[in-house]
Amino acid sequence: MTLSQPPAGYRVSGRVEETRDTVTLTLEPVSVTLPSPRPGQFSMLYAFGVGEVPISVSGPARLPCLTHTIRAVGAVSRALCAAVPGQIIGVRGPFGTSWDEADAEAQDLLLVAGGIGLAPLRPALLSALAERDRYRRVTVLIGARSPSDLLYTSELDQWRGGRAAVEVTVDRAGAGWHGDVGVVTQLIPRIELAGDRTTALICGPEVMMRLTAQALQAAGVAPDRIRVSLERNMQCGVAECGHCQLGPLLLCRDGPVVSYRTAAALLATREL
Amino acid sequence: MTEAVLADFAGHPFVRGLPAEHIARLAARADRVEIQAGQRIFDEDADARGLWLICSGRVALDLQVPGRQRVVVETLGPGDELGLSWLAPIPRWQFGAAAQLDVIAYALTSESVLALCEADHELGYQLARRLLTTAIARLHAARIRILDLYAAPGTESGL
Amino acid sequence: MNSAAPGNAWRLPAVPGLDDLVRSLQSAGYQVIGPKIAGGAIGLGEIQSADELPFGWGAELSPGGYRLRRRADSAAFGHSAGPQSWKQFLHPPRERLWSARRSGAGGFTAEPAAAADSPLAFLGVRPCDLRAVRMQDEILGAPRHPESGYAGRRAKVLLIAVNCTEPGETCFCTSMGTGPRADAGYDLLLTELAGPGEHEFVVWPGSAAGEGILAGLALEPAAATAVSRADAAVDAAAGRMGRAMEADGLRDLLAESLDAARWDDVAARCLTCGNCTMACPTCFCTTVEDSTDLAGDHAERWQSWASCFDLDFSYLHGGPVRSSGVSRYRQWLTHKLGTWHDQFGSSGCVGCGRCIVWCPVGIDITEEVAALRAERDAIATGDDNRGSRPGDGA
Repeated sequence: MTLSQPPAGYRVSGRVEETRDTVTLTLEPVSVTLPSPRPGQFSMLYAFGVGEVPISVSGPARLPCLTHTIRAVGAVSRALCAAVPGQIIGVRGPFGTSWDEADAEAQDLLLVAGGIGLAPLRPALLSALAERDRYRRVTVLIGARSPSDLLYTSELDQWRGGRAAVEVTVDRAGAGWHGDVGVVTQLIPRIELAGDRTTALICGPEVMMRLTAQALQAAGVAPDRIRVSLERNMQCGVAECGHCQLGPLLLCRDGPVVSYRTAAALLATREL
Repeated sequence: MTEAVLADFAGHPFVRGLPAEHIARLAARADRVEIQAGQRIFDEDADARGLWLICSGRVALDLQVPGRQRVVVETLGPGDELGLSWLAPIPRWQFGAAAQLDVIAYALTSESVLALCEADHELGYQLARRLLTTAIARLHAARIRILDLYAAPGTESGL
Repeated sequence: MNSAAPGNAWRLPAVPGLDDLVRSLQSAGYQVIGPKIAGGAIGLGEIQSADELPFGWGAELSPGGYRLRRRADSAAFGHSAGPQSWKQFLHPPRERLWSARRSGAGGFTAEPAAAADSPLAFLGVRPCDLRAVRMQDEILGAPRHPESGYAGRRAKVLLIAVNCTEPGETCFCTSMGTGPRADAGYDLLLTELAGPGEHEFVVWPGSAAGEGILAGLALEPAAATAVSRADAAVDAAAGRMGRAMEADGLRDLLAESLDAARWDDVAARCLTCGNCTMACPTCFCTTVEDSTDLAGDHAERWQSWASCFDLDFSYLHGGPVRSSGVSRYRQWLTHKLGTWHDQFGSSGCVGCGRCIVWCPVGIDITEEVAALRAERDAIATGDDNRGSRPGDGA
């Protein structure tokens, strides 16, 4: 999709308020239907007159619909989170690299999600559960700030029913939480990790991804079987504005999903 | 302790890799306990006298905070040790502990562990290293939680 | 570089030839852009006649220094490293990408684009700048972005290159393999011969469009002696570069130098003003801005030049990723000379020297690269007096 044309109009057909600042929108094309995004890819979502932000696809590919989970952290995302069914927003995409979860055939698939990071992982999980016998074990570790910040809580049991092990922990608990409390990496020693046959997909704040990848490496998972979803300032999505550079990578084109073997050195360099 | 239980004890991550002799000495002073979900294990401010090697289930570390009731600060699970404060100069529990799920653990008294360490400094050194490793990991995790990485940027805790 | 066979070369006398050329381009519908003096420097702008070219003017170049100087001859193209490059015409500082209106049926309707730009003739593109144009063609133009404004403008450009016979004190095109002779991508190529009692050009066509323009000028073939003197002048220029940069292995050098102490040294001098990015003919980064009118019915998206030295260039989650001056200077130089290879398959530097001239504090990238190389080589031989410290990584 060229930057010289306005984005394609998509109508909000569904809206779920996941938490107090996060909304999942289901979108249907008004006229132009964009290609189906693969898990891990993102769209540029446009709030008319306000601006555009990169948002990972958060639902399964069910052409022609798109699903995106957006957290209200700035003017554009706030405008998108306020969108109501029937409202039109602009979409460009899909852009970027995918989780490529399917290449973990006969492997243990481990997804580790921190905060809003669960949203970009959800399509990979749903895709894996749809072809469950392709994988050995499927495990999801979820970390969130507090119980009220957990996403997709109504689906966790469905995922378990689909033969995924799902473990949830929060950084801080209020009254009424009867689950784990601690950082998501503290869940890793509790699962039986077979390092030499695990493919790990990690998504969340950069510090969390780095620490999780290190913990998995220490447990024997090879860096090229660990994938992270990297983020930088993104404006054009088509590798011509230069903002999303991370060392040699242009994340709109060479990411956001990057092998940890490549990402490790980049994440370890301060202010890169 | 039966052979089967000894083998189970020896497999716990805290003692795994210690010389068999050391494991045997520890095992001799360990009791296999089952703690029902909901049961309190100890309360904050009580004298810290125990070390539990958790095999299954979940233990919540909590603190009574006026106005917030009992807040769970961390949970521990299979493979974790419960009870570090007996090493502090004033051995008193900083937090309380309760079983959140049914727990199976090996319980030792701090008195017996310290006595073993005094009698054999090599064993003492090995245990000290392992306890320190646990403390370091929990310190790192606690610091990461303080960073509040999941907070939205610009909000009060997101700085 | 092969010079064209004498049979392909034509003689263009400076007077009235250049003026005939300009008029010929204008009647073919081109707006002619060429060097002209403005604000104490030789910049680029529209010229109505060849009179506006800076005949007899050159420039004295140094780190952070630019002075016009009178030449002994009347050469029109005997200068380099002016503050502007051709990118301002192909990749304008501000460009409206689209405007749109909410449509009744839902969605947005693109409003008709503004009137198409007129075709431009670039008169006097030096080989370094020619390579820079081709680089931006790859990144912004037809191969990857066939519908972009850049592609549209570029398709209508007639490019008249001028071989370099007068390298400046800050030039190092030979180091970067981009000059002093233009290799490809031009419609016409000139070499200027300006000396006592002579002022003429040898002209070679480089495309059908170039041939078409020449046909309308009724030129005589160039004399073989003129052609060989022209070639000799360009060859001589290759040996008179003011600067040099060892370009071999720069990608690896920059990749290995991310923690170099030299960055602190240059950052102590760098003002992060971004002049280098604006003067550089290959820097292409832009910022996208969306706006709307008060009623909210009409929206526009604009694109404008951005510099990686700006603090908000790397804004993410509440603040810049590259906050320190060190990180921003490192980003610029590492991208230009190093990671540009990974991203676009070549170096991003054409050796024009503008960044050296137009840096207010005179930072010289040839010097910085030499220092980085020396630092890396010293570490490799253990010659760096650092020793191992508790804080060192493995």
